[in-house]
Order: sequence, then structure tokens, then C-alpha cells
Amino acid sequence: MVVLVLVLLLVLAAGASLAFGTKAFSAQEVIDALRHPDATTDAAAVVSSRIPRTVNGLLVGAALALAGSLMQSATRNPLAEPGLLGISGGSALAVVIGIGAFGVAGVGSLSWFALVGAAVAALLVQGIAMRGPGGASPLRLALAGAALAAGMASVTQAILLHSQEQLDAFRFWQVGSLAVREPSQVILPALLMAVGLLLALFAAPGLDRLGLGDDVAASLGTHPSRVRLTAIAAAVLLSGAATTVAGPVVFVGLVVPHVLRLVVGSRQRVLVPLCLLGGPVLVLAADTLGRVVAPPGEVPVGVMTALVGAPVFLILLRMRGRA
Amino acid sequence: MSRPVTTMTRVRTRAGGVVLCLVLITLLAASTRLALGTRIAAPGDILAVLTGGGRGALRFMILQDRLPAVISSVLAGAALAVSGGLFQRLLRNPLASPDVIGVGYGASAATVFGMLSLGLSGWWLTGFALVGAIAVGAAILAMALGGRDLGTRLILSGIAIGAALVAVVNLLLTRTDVRTAGDALHWLTGSVTDSSWPQLAALAGSLVVLLALTAWVAPGLALLELGDDTARSLGRRAGALRVGVVVLGAALTAVAVAVVGPLAFVSLMAHPLATRLLGGRGNLAVTALTGTTLVVVADLISAHLFGLSSGLPVGVLTGVIGAVFLLTLLSRERSRA
Repeated sequence: MVVLVLVLLLVLAAGASLAFGTKAFSAQEVIDALRHPDATTDAAAVVSSRIPRTVNGLLVGAALALAGSLMQSATRNPLAEPGLLGISGGSALAVVIGIGAFGVAGVGSLSWFALVGAAVAALLVQGIAMRGPGGASPLRLALAGAALAAGMASVTQAILLHSQEQLDAFRFWQVGSLAVREPSQVILPALLMAVGLLLALFAAPGLDRLGLGDDVAASLGTHPSRVRLTAIAAAVLLSGAATTVAGPVVFVGLVVPHVLRLVVGSRQRVLVPLCLLGGPVLVLAADTLGRVVAPPGEVPVGVMTALVGAPVFLILLRMRGRA
Repeated sequence: MSRPVTTMTRVRTRAGGVVLCLVLITLLAASTRLALGTRIAAPGDILAVLTGGGRGALRFMILQDRLPAVISSVLAGAALAVSGGLFQRLLRNPLASPDVIGVGYGASAATVFGMLSLGLSGWWLTGFALVGAIAVGAAILAMALGGRDLGTRLILSGIAIGAALVAVVNLLLTRTDVRTAGDALHWLTGSVTDSSWPQLAALAGSLVVLLALTAWVAPGLALLELGDDTARSLGRRAGALRVGVVVLGAALTAVAVAVVGPLAFVSLMAHPLATRLLGGRGNLAVTALTGTTLVVVADLISAHLFGLSSGLPVGVLTGVIGAVFLLTLLSRERSRA
């Protein structure tokens, strides 16, 4: 039932992403254009030009939602999210260093920079938050993430202040965009996401057993630390790859798993496939909304997800405080 | 009777020593800042310029370039530090400073909006910063009130609102030409070297009023700090006091941010640092002095240490130092979680 609703929403969101923009088309026109891509109508040309962007949205949304769900489960922390935990900031700094200091131009090498940045930031935040006797509580993680993100932002700014070209490239990257300049640039990140998904599927049953408590899980033959490490590695791969193609898109990894958990409970084996459907719904909806909300310009997807995500986050917080 | 008296005397002596040290460090850093530059000024020259004498290029450099930087460091450092101390004491959490909980982002988002979208400058920007900071302060207070864990939820709401405001600022940066975006980024990093004399006069004036108000609410704040029971015994005054402290703290952040930009982490660091220096007894006056010392020293280092002709904006340095400081504080913190 939930799957059906999500598939329906996803079809709607993907359809809207193809139909709306500076020029809008009716559902019939979109379907015609998809069935006869070689037709010489306006609709066929514009709709097919929107396909790569929509596919990109599917990939990024799925990866971010899954990464968020894995991190929340692995850290037993409902507020874990790649953006809030400084991982996107780590990617951003690594990308700026990559563009600037080493003159990296190829997308392949930038992916690796974003990934390494994401991994280093994830390890640092997690390590620092776990060090106190209280363990990695939501507050400690959020603050460690905020502190690290701010420190890295300072360094990023220092680099950008000295190069106008870098600033010009970076300011458009950092608001997030699903636009694809050439389809080949999505291939490597998509492969990384696939590896991340495999790791996630591998870790999901173990994560569910960890939900019973580390001792019970260990007596069932699960290695708690090995499962957590696999899950975090998957989350870093997924969010790092998503950040490489779309820039830092915040709040997706937080909001989607939370909403799904309200509906189906917190079993990872159920959540993993549902995140793959729910993430793209939010990202495509935010992206499409951003295209039509302020014509003739566009509000970038990273800004839209923040503007949609922040209120949801606040509502969740209020509900948690009441419970 | 004699023991409390000697303890009080020891505390006073320690506080006196701390104040003396901070003043000396600040004076030393400030005079070094006045002396160094493309043309190095001798102590006699500086004194001559400050008393209205001196001549030519050196006088111009000191009066238009180095002295405004020192004075805005002093004023902004004090304002940010006291603002941080107010929030940290109100929420009884050393990590709840206005820059972490989004109030600073309110001021900077409003200012960047006024600067880039409306083309405003001067007093209008100060007003915008003020409205932005107070609006965010009110929003997170409204979000967090009426539930358990006031402090925790206030911080988390602030971080979420801050993230959304950062997204707005990033959006505004893409809506302008790259040179204006560069200027805005420079402002967003926080810099004490672009302030004019009228701006500094306005900052000094508003600071006098706000610090007087702070001294007025400080005794009530001390009662709130004693715990929820004491706060309850204050009755309805406690609510009014909380709102007053949030508005005052937000206003202090706003007047500083409007002139020097959102200098990262000064408001976070100053009060805990001052408390440690005083041996565990916080005092907002020493906090103000600590903030001043921090910014004056950071400005001296960032202007000269890196050997760049233009120097780095001081905000880069306070941001990096602050991140390291906050992370250390987090990994040492025992009681809170």
C-alpha cells in the first residue's frame, strides 16, 4: 500500500519535472513526447532535454534519503543527516581545494575529492561526538557538525576570497543543481551510488538486529562495529556521490526517512527500498517547484530542499519534545 | 566571618589580575597594529598622530586605516562577547551562543538581502541586521518554549533555521554579478578593516545603551541561572526577563554584525574563556574585555602573519580558532549531553 502510494507520487513528481519549467506542457503532450521522442514538436525537444535532469534527481534523491536513513540507524540518532553533520561541508572544502590548488578539471577526479572530503568530515564529527562519556547524543553530533562545518566554511571562504573565478564557479555549485551538462559526468557517481546501495542492503539486516541492543545482536552472530562501519561507509559513498553531481543538497536525508518511519516503523529492510522511492519524490518536487516559483529565474534545488526541509525539521523537533 | 571575606578578597584579586593582563595584552596588540604596515610607525609618531599631530602619509594610514580597525575590533569584540554570554547564561549551556543558534545568521541573511537585493547601505543595513537577528531570536524562542529540554530544543531549532538562512544567503549570492558577490562574501567572512568613522560612532553609541541595559538585567539573569525553581518564584517576571535577554542579546549581535560582519565564533568563545580565567565565576564585564582582546589579537595576526599584501579577513582566523575551540570543548564536556 505504502509502496503503491510512493510509486504514484514518484510518477507524478517525475512527470511534473518533465512537464514544468520555463515552458509548461500538458500531461498528454508529455506522454506523447515520451512515446515519440523523435517527433519534431516543441514538446518532444523540451521534454527530452529535461530527461537527464529528472534522472539526476532520481539518483540524488534516492542516495541522500538512503544515506540519511543509514546514518540515523547506525548512530542511533534521529537527527543524523549528511548536511547537518558537516559531511557536505567537507565535500565542499575538498572540491574547492581540488579546483583551486591542484587545478583538477575532470569530473572523475572531483568525485574523488568530494568523497575524501565527505569521509574525513564524517570520521571527525563522529569521533569528536563520541569522545565524551555521554556518547554521540543528538546535541553533541549537531554541534560537532556545526562547528566543523563552520571551520571548514572559513577555510573555503579564505580560498574563495583570493580567486574570483573559483568564487564564480563555487557560488553556483553550493546552492545545488540537478542540471546535467553532459550525461557522462553522472556515470561515475552513479556507480559509486550503486556500490553504496549494495553495502546498504548488506548492512540492513545487521542494523535491524542492532536495534535490539548491541548485546542481543552480538549473541545473534552480528558484529556491531562491523555493521556500523559498513553502514557509515555506505552513507559516505552515497552522500559524497550525490554531492558531487548536485552540490550540497540539505535536509533530504533527514526529512524523508523520518516521514517514512512515521508510516512504516524503523526496520531498515523496509526503509531501504522505501527511501529509494521517497527521496526522489522530495528532490524532484523541490526542483520542479524551484523552477516555477520565481519566473523567469530558478530557485536552486539545494535552497528549495532547505526551505521545505527546515519547517519539517522544526515540526519533528516539537513533536519529539512533547512526546 | 573571616573565611568568606578572604575568599572574596582572593576572587577580587584574581579578577583584578585577569583584567590587568587582558588590558595589557589588548594595548600591546593594538599599538603593534597601529605601528605595523607598509610604513612602520615609531611609538612617538603614533602618539603624535593620536594627539592630533603627525603629518602626511603616515597620519593618513593610521587615522583612516589602522585606527578604525583597532576601534571596530574593540567595540565589535565586546558586543559579540556580551551577546554570547547573555545567551549562554540564559540557556545555561556553554554552547548556546548566538552564532551557533542562528541569531547571527538572521542578522547576516537580512543584511545580505538588503545589500544585494535592495541595494541598501549604511543605516538601513544596520536596521535590517537588527530586525533579522531579533526575528530569529523570537522565532527560536517561540519554537522552543512549552516543552522539556528548553536549551537543547532551542539550539536544534536554531541550527535548522540557521541552515535554511544559509541556503537563502547562498541563493542571493548567485543572483548578482561576481564582483558584488565577492564583496558580500568578504563581508560575510567578517572584517574589521572596512569600517568608517560614522559607523564606528553609531556602534559605540548603541553599545553604550545596550551595555547599560545589560548591567540592568544582569542581577535578574543571575537569579534565572540558579535554576527553574528560582525562575518560577520570579513568576511572570521570569518570562519577561527571558524575552528581554533574548532581545538584548540579539540586538548586541546585530549592531556588531552590521559593522564588521558575522565574525565567526567570538560570541561562543569569549564567555567560557572568561569564566575559566576567573576560576569558574562568570562576569559579563570580563567577558566583554575577553572578546575585545580576542578580536584585537586575531586582527593583528590576520593582518600581518600570513604575509599576504591584503591580509586575510579576521573572520577566517576567528572561524578556524573557534571551530577548534568548540570541538575541544565538546570532547571535554562531561555533564551535559
